[in-house]
Amino acid sequence: MSTLEIKDLHVSIETEQGAKPILKGVSLTINTGESHAIMGPNGSGKSTLASTIAGHPRYTVDSGSITLDGEDVLEMSVDERARAGLFLAMQYPVEVPGVTMTNFLRTAKTALDGQAPSLRHWTKDVKEAMSQLRIDADFAQRNVNEGFSGGEKKRVEILQLELFKPKFAILDETDSGLDVDALKVVSEGVNREHSKGNMGTLLITHYTRILRYIKPDFVHVFVDGRIAEEGGPELADRLEEEGYDRFLVAGTATAGA
Amino acid sequence: MAETTQLTPELTDEKARIGSPSSPEKIAIDGFTEEGENLSPTNTGAEQHGLKKHSHGDDPVVPEASRGERLKSYKLADFPPLTGREEDWRFTPIKRLRGLHTDALTGSGPEVTVSGASNILVETVERTDPRFGSAAIPEDRVAAAAWEAVTQATVVTIPDETEADCDVTISINGTDEAPAAQHLIISAGKFSKAVVVLDHHGKTTLAQNIEIVVGDGAQLTVVSVQEWDDDAVHASSQQAKIGRDARFKHVVVTLGGDLVRLTPSSFFTAPGSEVEMYGLYFADAGQHLEQRLLVDHAVPNCKSRVTYKGALQGQDAHTVWVGDVLIRKEAEGTDTYETNRNLLLTDGTRSDSVPNLEIETGLIEGAGHASATGRFDDEHLFYLMARGIDEKTARRLVVRGFLNEVIQQIKVPVLEERLTEAVERELAAGNY
Ligand SMILES: Nc1ncnc2c1ncn2[C@@H]1O[C@H](COP(=O)(O)OP(=O)(O)O)[C@@H](O)[C@H]1O
Ligand SMILES: [Mg+2]
Repeated sequence: MSTLEIKDLHVSIETEQGAKPILKGVSLTINTGESHAIMGPNGSGKSTLASTIAGHPRYTVDSGSITLDGEDVLEMSVDERARAGLFLAMQYPVEVPGVTMTNFLRTAKTALDGQAPSLRHWTKDVKEAMSQLRIDADFAQRNVNEGFSGGEKKRVEILQLELFKPKFAILDETDSGLDVDALKVVSEGVNREHSKGNMGTLLITHYTRILRYIKPDFVHVFVDGRIAEEGGPELADRLEEEGYDRFLVAGTATAGA
Repeated sequence: MAETTQLTPELTDEKARIGSPSSPEKIAIDGFTEEGENLSPTNTGAEQHGLKKHSHGDDPVVPEASRGERLKSYKLADFPPLTGREEDWRFTPIKRLRGLHTDALTGSGPEVTVSGASNILVETVERTDPRFGSAAIPEDRVAAAAWEAVTQATVVTIPDETEADCDVTISINGTDEAPAAQHLIISAGKFSKAVVVLDHHGKTTLAQNIEIVVGDGAQLTVVSVQEWDDDAVHASSQQAKIGRDARFKHVVVTLGGDLVRLTPSSFFTAPGSEVEMYGLYFADAGQHLEQRLLVDHAVPNCKSRVTYKGALQGQDAHTVWVGDVLIRKEAEGTDTYETNRNLLLTDGTRSDSVPNLEIETGLIEGAGHASATGRFDDEHLFYLMARGIDEKTARRLVVRGFLNEVIQQIKVPVLEERLTEAVERELAAGNY
């Protein structure tokens, strides 16, 4: 069993007006097998949390800690974090010129495992995972994310989740921009991997609809860089009825849901 | 590390596609107003990427009505002195030509050594030899200056109906910087088959004319590799005259040199032939690598494909690609497509890419072009690293994948390997 522990995390970004604090003391512990949902309005800092865990250079950690089984994640480079078992399904996956999906997936798998996968099994695994996620076979020969639609990019993120088998998966708004069919396909992919029992899941979302397909054990409401309320799955139902308004009366003028 | 194969990036941005190469019947285009575009002979629509504004950008450019009307002459006096404002010199920093455009080209020039196949003919001939001018006529002042200055040429002949028993390497080794001229003639006889590699290295200030004769039914590949020392200056006109039912493949690979300016041209003279022209260039800080090519479809039923790819890294790395494709009135049934792609690896680089398609008949199979310049930036790097790939491997992955499409066209394994390694050295030399 593994534990990802975030303690009193304060994060800021550089803007033209100087450093702007975004995360204002976030604490969260996820264990293998657990599924956590972070829900919050736009601009509340959800992606900042996700990107900080992955190590995006734009974000500065001012104080607090992130550890994976006691190891200091903040000391690790981006690729070391991935090799330690952290996976971020990005909200806006970038197009990478010049690199085919096939070559990318194999190179990443090799880096993550420390050795090249057996070619025969690997090809079969990739094919199978692609077909389960209803990704056309010809995507394998296309450049990473190049010309993919929003929904296709998200499926390809989950494809990687299934192939790379991380210890912890952070899914940043994987649901947004998906139609109902795609949402189902993608959710099934996450559930398939989660149900194997070797992964902890942190599902970041703005809407509640993905929670019909992926059942979280814990729900955290994120407002203005903090966790405003925590609870079980019932909290998600309440949010579906009431929206985020009740958390926003305090007057941060963040865009409402 | 998986170091492997299958890196062919797909082209997804087929802009300005006219017709389809696979479509069996000819398509007629009325008036060519929309599709039969003449992409600005004055090149006001040049795609310019990168951050630095080009120093010649504001100067007036002398326009030319059609690429087909450009002056051709063996006489230097017919070309006025260069100002840098000429349409075909406007991107070139002529101050860095080190006298190629002004001085007498009296240097002894790089040494030429031909090796490889045993069933071909290698000669050194005087300029009175009738084969001078068998494929080329200079189209710019530097080429004309070289034409007048040379006293001899190296002629490599693949006899009729002969398949070279081995690849032919023409090693061109420069040892000094005195402005010099050089002339080479490669002649592939009827139904012959050969691969000829021009291997340029060392130091030089060189104006070069290479004439290539591709006989009826011949299959000729010419690969021109520029791996000069850092301070070399090289202007090379490489003109091919292509006979009936011939296959000609031309590949240029430019990695080294301070200023390298190549003008490869393919002239179709009889129907049924196919030309593939590939280019790969990797510009480092301060390098100017320019390629201006021409495919002249002057006869019916010929096919051409042009694919040039470039990577740039470092302050003031500058590349230029101009792809002129002419489909003349007589050239019914032409099928042509040209592509240029550039990858900017760092800030401070500049890549100019100008496709220019002139179509004088609507009765063609297809004609199109694509030009795209992408940037490899921190977000790409983050994406790959977030999947466990270390930074060095990530960069190598991108550049290798990007350039491999051209490298794997060379089909000379030893050379492919050498160039792959050279590209990786270029990458490693970048100061990231
Ligand atoms: N590059 C940036 N420059 C300025 N502000 C930014 C930048 N990126 C994010 N922010 C701000 O940080 C806050 C949190 O953003 P984000 O983490 O993307 O929120 P969420 O994912 O919850 O929508 C927002 O107020 C946003 O405006
Ligand atoms: Mg977000």
